[in-house]
Amino acid sequence: MSPTLRTPSGGRINRARTVRFTFDGRELRGFEGDTLASALLANGVHLVGRSFKYHRPRGVLTAGPEEPNALVAIRRDAVRVTPNLRATEVELYEGLTAHSQNRWPSLKLDVGAVNGLLSPFIPAGFYYKTFMWPRRAWKRLYEPRIRAAAGLGRAPEHPDPDSYSNRFAHCDVLVVGGGPAGLAAAHAAAESGARVILCDEQPQLGGSLLCEQDPGAALEDGAWLARTIAGLMAHPRVTVLTRTTAFGYFPHNLLGLEQRLTDHLAQPDPAQPRERQWQVRAREVVLATGAIERPLVFPGNDRPGIMLAGAARSYLNRYGVLAGRRAVLVTVSDEAYRCALDLHRAGTPVAAIIDVRPQVAGELPEAARRAGLPVHTGTTVVGTAGRLRVKSIRIRKLDAHGEPRGAVERIACDLVLMSGGHTPSAHLFSQSRGKLHWNEALQAFLPGESPERARCAGACRGIFSAAAARRDGENAGTLAARDAGLVVGAVIGEPALGPAHGAAASGELPQPAGRPVSKAFVDWQNDVTSRDLLLAAREGFRSIEHIKRYTTTGMATDQGKTSNLNALAIVARQIGKPIPEVGLTTFRMPYTPVTFGGFAGYSRGELFDPVRTTPIHDWAAGKGAVFEDVGLWKRARYFPRPGESMHAAVTRECQAVRAHCGLFDGSTLGKIEVVGKDAVTFMNRLYINGWTSLAVGRCRYGILLRDDGFIYDDGVVARIAEDRFHVTTTTGGAARVLAMMEDYLQTEWPDLSVWLTSTTEQWAVIAVQGPSARQVLEGLVQDVDLSAAALPHMSVAPGRICGVPMRLFRVSFTGELGFEINVPADFGQAVWEAVYEAGRPHGITPYGTEAMHVLRAEKGYIIVGQDTDGTVTPDDAGLAWAVGARKPDFVGKRALERPAMHSPQRKQLVGLLTAEPHVVLEEGAQVVLDARAAPPTRPIGHVTSSYYSATLGRSIALALVRGGRARMGQTLYVPTPRGNLAVQVTSPIFYDPKGSRQNA
Amino acid sequence: MRDLSAARQGPYVAASPLVRPLSPMTRLLLRGGADARAAALAALGLPFTDTACRAVCASGRAGLWLGPDERLLLAPQSQLMELSERLSAALAGRAHSLVDVTHRQCALEVSGPQAGVLLNCGCPLDLDPSAFPVGMCTRTVLAKAEIVLWRTGEHSFHLEVWRSFAAYVSKVLAQAARELTA
Repeated sequence: MSPTLRTPSGGRINRARTVRFTFDGRELRGFEGDTLASALLANGVHLVGRSFKYHRPRGVLTAGPEEPNALVAIRRDAVRVTPNLRATEVELYEGLTAHSQNRWPSLKLDVGAVNGLLSPFIPAGFYYKTFMWPRRAWKRLYEPRIRAAAGLGRAPEHPDPDSYSNRFAHCDVLVVGGGPAGLAAAHAAAESGARVILCDEQPQLGGSLLCEQDPGAALEDGAWLARTIAGLMAHPRVTVLTRTTAFGYFPHNLLGLEQRLTDHLAQPDPAQPRERQWQVRAREVVLATGAIERPLVFPGNDRPGIMLAGAARSYLNRYGVLAGRRAVLVTVSDEAYRCALDLHRAGTPVAAIIDVRPQVAGELPEAARRAGLPVHTGTTVVGTAGRLRVKSIRIRKLDAHGEPRGAVERIACDLVLMSGGHTPSAHLFSQSRGKLHWNEALQAFLPGESPERARCAGACRGIFSAAAARRDGENAGTLAARDAGLVVGAVIGEPALGPAHGAAASGELPQPAGRPVSKAFVDWQNDVTSRDLLLAAREGFRSIEHIKRYTTTGMATDQGKTSNLNALAIVARQIGKPIPEVGLTTFRMPYTPVTFGGFAGYSRGELFDPVRTTPIHDWAAGKGAVFEDVGLWKRARYFPRPGESMHAAVTRECQAVRAHCGLFDGSTLGKIEVVGKDAVTFMNRLYINGWTSLAVGRCRYGILLRDDGFIYDDGVVARIAEDRFHVTTTTGGAARVLAMMEDYLQTEWPDLSVWLTSTTEQWAVIAVQGPSARQVLEGLVQDVDLSAAALPHMSVAPGRICGVPMRLFRVSFTGELGFEINVPADFGQAVWEAVYEAGRPHGITPYGTEAMHVLRAEKGYIIVGQDTDGTVTPDDAGLAWAVGARKPDFVGKRALERPAMHSPQRKQLVGLLTAEPHVVLEEGAQVVLDARAAPPTRPIGHVTSSYYSATLGRSIALALVRGGRARMGQTLYVPTPRGNLAVQVTSPIFYDPKGSRQNA
Repeated sequence: MRDLSAARQGPYVAASPLVRPLSPMTRLLLRGGADARAAALAALGLPFTDTACRAVCASGRAGLWLGPDERLLLAPQSQLMELSERLSAALAGRAHSLVDVTHRQCALEVSGPQAGVLLNCGCPLDLDPSAFPVGMCTRTVLAKAEIVLWRTGEHSFHLEVWRSFAAYVSKVLAQAARELTA
């Protein structure tokens, strides 16, 4: 390490701990407490990246989160590579491996830099104007090439191996920012007894004070900083979160915070989360987010070695790093003189201070003059030189009209520091929908009233000195605690805004008239120059939102933190409007980029979503069942024997049900207990069926419509008692049917004495289906007569099975003699196993949802959502018989009375039989009239369900076909990739149309 | 014939330091008017209250306020038949709905000084004792699952979870617990 670039002492680094790291393979050393940027600068490395569009060499511009240039990839191992991290925020650790981006083959020799030579031909809007013709080339040539060349950094190629965590928190006062204002606010609020959360993106508290050689002097109170931090850390009601970025401000004082837990560690514990995302709901918010220094806009202002004055001061005072050996300061305000004075004190020669203002007489400039620093007032910068590092700067005197007239003077230097004044950081305030107001004196947008319960304090609202910011923070913290409902002491009142540093908002330095200004960068990260902005204005763009999109200024990952106000001022001047009239673009979350993993939190892998399993799941898994997802449920799809295909397994399962007996887990069916003296009235009003006549102990197939008359759900409903119904729904419909029922009950019929309780998970449902079902159950069931006379099809009886209480349904979704045993869920697996054992002599076969689908299709039973699609009426589905015609009303009745709902040309459910019996149609295939029809043709329907039926020895399909019931026997065609297949229209009931089997 | 009346098997619950499954219990969901609610609580020997989001408990039984007309009644496992009968008698003639939901859900206990922090890994409520005091209960969420949360002590919570969500809820808590215990 070059010893001359570290100060002999001072700074907040730990000089006792040397840290080794590499940058682009080069081994370097820094100190504990360094950022990657400060350590690189200490090694004399300014060139850290290539720009986005022109591939220009770029250096470290800032010392904070606003950094546009120094984006690096940090590589921990083969899969842990994080691109686009700001080197100014990356904390150094032993063994850190960093790589520059957007360059090939190397940072110093980058082929893409040819774009820089072409820059006059790549102005704003270049892509929009150039790559329009020929149209076909866009997809094949332009887009792939542009995409390959574009982008900063590489997206990781492997799944993120780290874990991320989530935390909800509440507090009375959330303070964002741990500088003088934020610390004082947190302290004042905590003293009032408030629950406080203080967050700051830096590893240490102190904010701007960390960059002061003597924070005590800046505060006018030597011991305050250490005392306040210690007090907050020890306070039981205060949570201090460092390395935590408040990235988003959401409605009702919900803020998103991203806490980085392990990125700064050399060897993180792999069991610990990398980041924790906090969602904090605060009664009151204090935003103490500080201010960001603006660069100046002049030709060649982007060379490595050109940085913000405050950044150089931060590197010097906080990290003990001299950013150069010979400095030139370019400024439009007094404040930046501090930097020159600090550098001078540290021994760095200051070759010149260039100040655009004709007269400069403040306290700081006078101090500079006293120190013998050459101050050039009324002077502008017209250019710089140096390929990979700035070597010199060219300046010219301004005349009385502010025009550069004097001779060009060249000053050798390796460090150019610029300061265009400070922009209050109103990002979060603006995200909270707070409006910003232009302050002419400060030449800044300041926060106005917040629509949230929030207030700003310190530099982010234009109170710039540390001492005043501290007083402002104390005031804000006290008021926040008061507004959060706590008893507070005296309110000290707010300090005055300012000081105004005299800097104009526009960072554009005057240039000779008549010559276009080249390479004067406004947005470093997206390579937008002042010339691009002027071009956009000349081409007629007036709205700043349009100019932003056309030139891409402010649209990079830094969201224009350093560039927005400069861009705005340049546009305002060109179109002759005051800055506030041009307006501001919208600030959006996140304040700085947030890792995707942070948003995912725990919701990854097996915790991505709840996986719901039935009480019989483990048994099915043990039998080798293949499961399918139905909503969040896992359902057994089929039970293959070793080596058996799905087709073979489903065929075997179907045949077993038809010939002997099948066992099916129906536990996922939605179940709702409808109870109360008005239960029957409720059911009559909701479902299309008539329920008054349903006797206790009997079941009915119920259909539920939406108010538009289309089928919403279906299921068997049992009357358990006069005032109690056991309603079943589809698996996927359980939650929405209950919600719809509650909606009607609470908003339309609050007078009904009836209540709804979900019992989906109370019951395990074991379906025993097939000709032998009765024999299987006879030895197990107690207290119920299973005979057809005592327990006919569509009836229900309470009883016991193997001593376990049950509701026994005699129902069938297969067309066979069938029972559905409902037992309390904890008994589900034991009863299932008992039934399975008892059924083995009868050839009982567990079957899955796939066989269930085939069996029901053979019977023409619909599945809501498969054979219906939200446009199907009961009549369309052939279920008009279910409508309780004499009922005065039910949900959907009025809609069903519209003439269009009775058109004979509506799509109706029919069966289709292919001419070739072994061809299984594709579900979703269209149905057409003409054998030779080719696209585009007009379909008259579509296939909704299609299977191979082993029972029938051929394929079957259900379809919705226009006027289908009038087409029985007709031949229609289904277009397929192999040509149009002939199909015959039939009844949708393919098997046992009289129903003698299920009534057995 | 086999007697399976003792062959209960609850849902899978992932083990973790601050979380333990509670043994099976009787659960009845009561809906009804003020008279029915008062009669039911009296029949269970519980003090009457209509305070929102508050649980009352006595001698191993509890009544949790889940809505203006809704109470979740908890009791030892063995008392299902006895309590059902006693409640039926007490509620006769009063408009109400009483549904056995014993098996619909299961209970977890989260306890320890970090219990509230652990729950806040997935529960968005303010669990500070000033905002969520002992005896408070409510429906809420734990990550992507609905739960009923009841604070039974300064450092202990009773969670009611629908059985098919128990694995998910307990796994989320187990993952979150790793951060706290390390």
